[in-house]
Amino acid sequence: MKIRCSTIWPALIAGSAFIAIWYGVRGIISPAREFMLPPPHEVLAAFGEHATELLNASRNTGIGALLGFSLAVVVAVAMALTLSLNNLIRAGLYPYLMMMQMMPVIVIAPILVLWAGAGLPSVTIITFLICFFPLVVNTTQGLISTDRSLVELFKMYRASKWQEIVRLRVPAALPYFFTGLRIAGTLAPIGAIVGDFSAGNSAGNGGGLGFLTLIYGAQFKMAALFATVFSGCVLGFVFVAAVSGLSWLCLHQWHDSYEKPDN
Amino acid sequence: METCKNFCPVSDTNPQACSVRLQSVAKKFGDGPDVLQDINFDAVAGDFVAIIGPSGCGKSTLLRMLAGLVSQNSGQIEIDGSAPGRNSPELSYVFQEPTLLAWQRVAANVELPLILRGVPAARRAEIVQRCLRQVRLGERADAFPRQLSGGQQMRVSIARALALDPRLLLLDEPFGALDEMTRNHLNEELLSLREAASWTAFFVTHSVAEAVFLANRVIIMSANPGCIAHEVAIDLPYPRTPATREEPSFQQLAAKVSGLLRTVEEAAK
Repeated sequence: MKIRCSTIWPALIAGSAFIAIWYGVRGIISPAREFMLPPPHEVLAAFGEHATELLNASRNTGIGALLGFSLAVVVAVAMALTLSLNNLIRAGLYPYLMMMQMMPVIVIAPILVLWAGAGLPSVTIITFLICFFPLVVNTTQGLISTDRSLVELFKMYRASKWQEIVRLRVPAALPYFFTGLRIAGTLAPIGAIVGDFSAGNSAGNGGGLGFLTLIYGAQFKMAALFATVFSGCVLGFVFVAAVSGLSWLCLHQWHDSYEKPDN
Repeated sequence: METCKNFCPVSDTNPQACSVRLQSVAKKFGDGPDVLQDINFDAVAGDFVAIIGPSGCGKSTLLRMLAGLVSQNSGQIEIDGSAPGRNSPELSYVFQEPTLLAWQRVAANVELPLILRGVPAARRAEIVQRCLRQVRLGERADAFPRQLSGGQQMRVSIARALALDPRLLLLDEPFGALDEMTRNHLNEELLSLREAASWTAFFVTHSVAEAVFLANRVIIMSANPGCIAHEVAIDLPYPRTPATREEPSFQQLAAKVSGLLRTVEEAAK
C-alpha cells in the first residue's frame, strides 16, 4: 500500500482545478443567485465558525455509523455461515434478504422511530439495514466458492466439518468478505446521515450531520451546509481508510489483489 | 495432547507399499452411460502405474475411486484388502493444480495433513522440514505459495502428499500445466523420492514420454466406455536418469505406447 508521488501529484492538480472551476462558476452566476454557491474560502470559514457543532455532529454520526456497521458485520457473518452450510436455508431466506435490500430506508425511518425511539437506536438500525446486504451476500458467496479440490483434499485427510470451516472455508472467503466490507464501509456513514436526517432530530447532544443539514437548510446557511457535506465526506473517508487498512493487514501477503512481496 | 490411532508418519521401519486390486469395476454418473466398464487390474506393492488415454476415458474417475472420493456402481476395489475410505491404508492425492492454501506459508501447507490427522505438534515441525528438504524447498518454508514458481508450487504439493508417509500415491496429471524442462526435472525428483520411501503409485498423464519414464507398468485406456485397452510393461531398470530418455529401449517402448494410444484414439472416432 505504498503511496507514491506519482499518485499524489495528479490528485493535487485535479483538486486545485476543481477549486478553480468553483471560483470560476461563482464569477459568472448572477449576483442575485450568488448565495447558492458560497466560495471555497467562505466554506472554509464556516468550518471554523461551526467547528464545535460540526465536530459534535460528526462524532454522533460516526458513533451511529460504527455501531450499525459493526452490528451488520457480526450478524452478516453469522448469517452467511448459516446460509453457506445449508442449501435449503439459503433458498428459503435469500428472497427475503433481497427484499430487505429493496426496503426504502426513508420510509422505514418513521416506523423505526416509533419502535426504537429517535436518535442513536434508530440511526444504528438504519445503518445496519443498509450495510447488511452487501456483507451477507459477499460473505456467503465466498463461503460457498471454496476451491473444490481443496474441499476434497480436506475430505481425504478426514477433516472434521469444523476443521473444514475454520481452516479452509473461512480464510478462503476473506477476500469476498472484504469486498463486502468495503461496500458496507462506504455505505455506513451515508446510512447514518440518512438515518439521522429522518430519525435523529431528538437525539441527545444535538444530533448528527443529517440533523445539522436540516437546521442549516432551514436557516439558509449555505456555507455551513457545504461544510456539513465535506464533514460527511471526511467521515466516509475515515471509514473507507480503516476498512482498506484492515483488508491490507489480512490479505496483502497472500492475495493476488495486492502486489507480491519481494522474494 | 492430541492422539492419533493407527498412525505412524515417520516410522522406524519403512511402511510397506500397498497392493491394489480392481475387480469388474464399473462406474456411471446418474442415468448416464458407463464412464468405466469392467476394469480389472492388480497392482502389487511398489508398482508405479501410469494411466494414459484419450480425454473422457475415465482416468481421473478411476483415481478418484481409489481415493474414496467417488464409489463404483459395481465391482470391487481393494487397497491392501480393504475398500477405499476410512479404513484404507494411508494414501495421498496430488491434483493437477498445486491446490495449496494461498493464505498459508509453504511450511504450514505441508503441515496441514499432519494437523488434520492429529499428529502431535512436537513431531510436526521435524516431518515438515524433512519433506521440504526432500523436494529441495527447505529454504522457502516461510514463503507464501504465490511467491513460488509453478514448478515449486507443485513440489510443495508433493511434499504435502508425502507428509503422512503414504503407502499409495495418486497423481492426477500433476505436471500437466508445467513446461517440459520443469516436468522432466520433477519426474526425476519423483523417482528419487521413490527410492527413499516405499509407495505404490497411480499416475495419470497425457504424456507418453512421462508415462514410460516413470512407470514400470503403463495402462492405455480407451473411451466410451472407459476401459483398459492395453498394458505395456516398462522393463527399464530403476534408478532412471535423464540418460534413460536417450536409450533405444526407452524410445522403442515410447513408440510402442504411442502406437497403441493411436489405435485406441482412432477406434474412438
